[in-house]
Amino acid sequence: MSSSAPNFVQFSSARAAVSRLRLFFILATLSLTISGCGYNTIPTLEEQAKAKWGDVQNQYQRRADLIPNLVATVQGYAKQEKEVLTAVVEARAKATSARIDASQLSDPEKIKQFQDAQGQLTGALGRLLAVSENYPELKSNQNFLALQSQLEGTENRISVARRDYIEAVRAYNTSLRTLPSLIWAATFFRGNKPMAEFTTSETAQAPPQVKF
Amino acid sequence: MTPRLAFTPLTGLIRLIRPKCEKRLFLGSVRYLAIPPLAVLATALAFTVLALAYTFPPLTGRVVDDAKIIPQTESDRITAKLASLESKSGIQIVVATINSLGGDEIEPYANALFRAWGLGEKSKNNGVLLLVAPKEHKARIEVGYGLEGTLTDALSKIIITNAMVPRFKTGDFGSGIERGVDDIITVLTTDSSDWQQRPDLRIVHNQDSTFDELIPFIVFGLFILILYLLSPKRERGNLLSFLLGMMMSSGNGRYRGRYDDRFGSGSGGSWSDGGFLGGGGSSGGGGASGSW
Repeated sequence: MSSSAPNFVQFSSARAAVSRLRLFFILATLSLTISGCGYNTIPTLEEQAKAKWGDVQNQYQRRADLIPNLVATVQGYAKQEKEVLTAVVEARAKATSARIDASQLSDPEKIKQFQDAQGQLTGALGRLLAVSENYPELKSNQNFLALQSQLEGTENRISVARRDYIEAVRAYNTSLRTLPSLIWAATFFRGNKPMAEFTTSETAQAPPQVKF
Repeated sequence: MTPRLAFTPLTGLIRLIRPKCEKRLFLGSVRYLAIPPLAVLATALAFTVLALAYTFPPLTGRVVDDAKIIPQTESDRITAKLASLESKSGIQIVVATINSLGGDEIEPYANALFRAWGLGEKSKNNGVLLLVAPKEHKARIEVGYGLEGTLTDALSKIIITNAMVPRFKTGDFGSGIERGVDDIITVLTTDSSDWQQRPDLRIVHNQDSTFDELIPFIVFGLFILILYLLSPKRERGNLLSFLLGMMMSSGNGRYRGRYDDRFGSGSGGSWSDGGFLGGGGSSGGGGASGSW
């Protein structure tokens, strides 16, 4: 008895260490397997979509930043077009205030508000550019030409960013509805809602009407 | 007896795994590791398919004259200029002329073509595409993310309206394009101290830094160390032989794939035996368009 007791203690502690080791192995393997089975897919795609949304918002902000300069330049040549100029300034104020957090992307109402505000600004800008066609001096002003090309470039960046965002949302929403990521969506990521569709609204896409 | 009963499910699981030994289990999970890269590949493929909604000409060189409007002498001169620019600065400019925009505007077409060819280095996005669609009477300079601060929209517009459009109007595409290329190079190389210090507008984090490369090894090393310390002396020999076996049997696959990857998308574009390659750069729609 006296000789077997320490033996037993040693044996059981070694046993405990071994099972601890195995537990470690199992946990490591399990975590590898889980990440291999697409546990990471949903968060990854979600973050990607959010980043793309950031791009969209940045490009709209870039457009808003160009406007004060543009308005000032046009004002120098076409003071009488007060109505059009005020419309642009007001639409800009509205559009810059309509920002969306990355957490609100699943709210279709918010997205619609944002789209409407930006669409209004697009319309107002289109009218401003159309009106400026009537002022030859303004049209040949170097500053105005530079601003105009920057504005065109920004509109193009906006459409690229929008396309990328729509694609990212499509990938994310698909991952919530298809296997194998559907399993994780139904268990661990139950709180993840599909992001609202970012439709290409007619007003935003229509090129500004140029009247002669 | 009682503690053993309490752990029955766990010990059962261990027993289930134990007989076949951990090695196979581990290799099995290595196979699972291949799934995320596969998913990425599938997405990339989906993007390519999306891009292929247009029919793009293959990237055969620095001048892809699909519409056959650039005379050979001009084409050779442009190629030489662009090659020297890339060897000096890493900036990859490609001139493309196309037969048809497929009924679309030139802006989305140029962006899709730029991305399909992946002009510029992936980490710097320093590519430029000069696209001319003679049939539609449209031209565009599409600028990669990394050069947007230097070759701005306004400058691109000026190059198109001043250097290119007047010559295009007379049908002299060769010299118009050459002048356009000259101007782009001038803009990109003048005051180089300025643009070299400019921070990259968009940095794509791929495994470029050596520290990033080392992280998996460090983690793995720590993991092994912990295992070694945790395991009783009796098991240490087993652990070591298991590790040795694993290393010898798994020296293929993932590892080599990654290195191949790095060579494939190395710096900028390069002339390999396969032809001219883009470096994987991207564009977000910077640049300007013009028509005549």
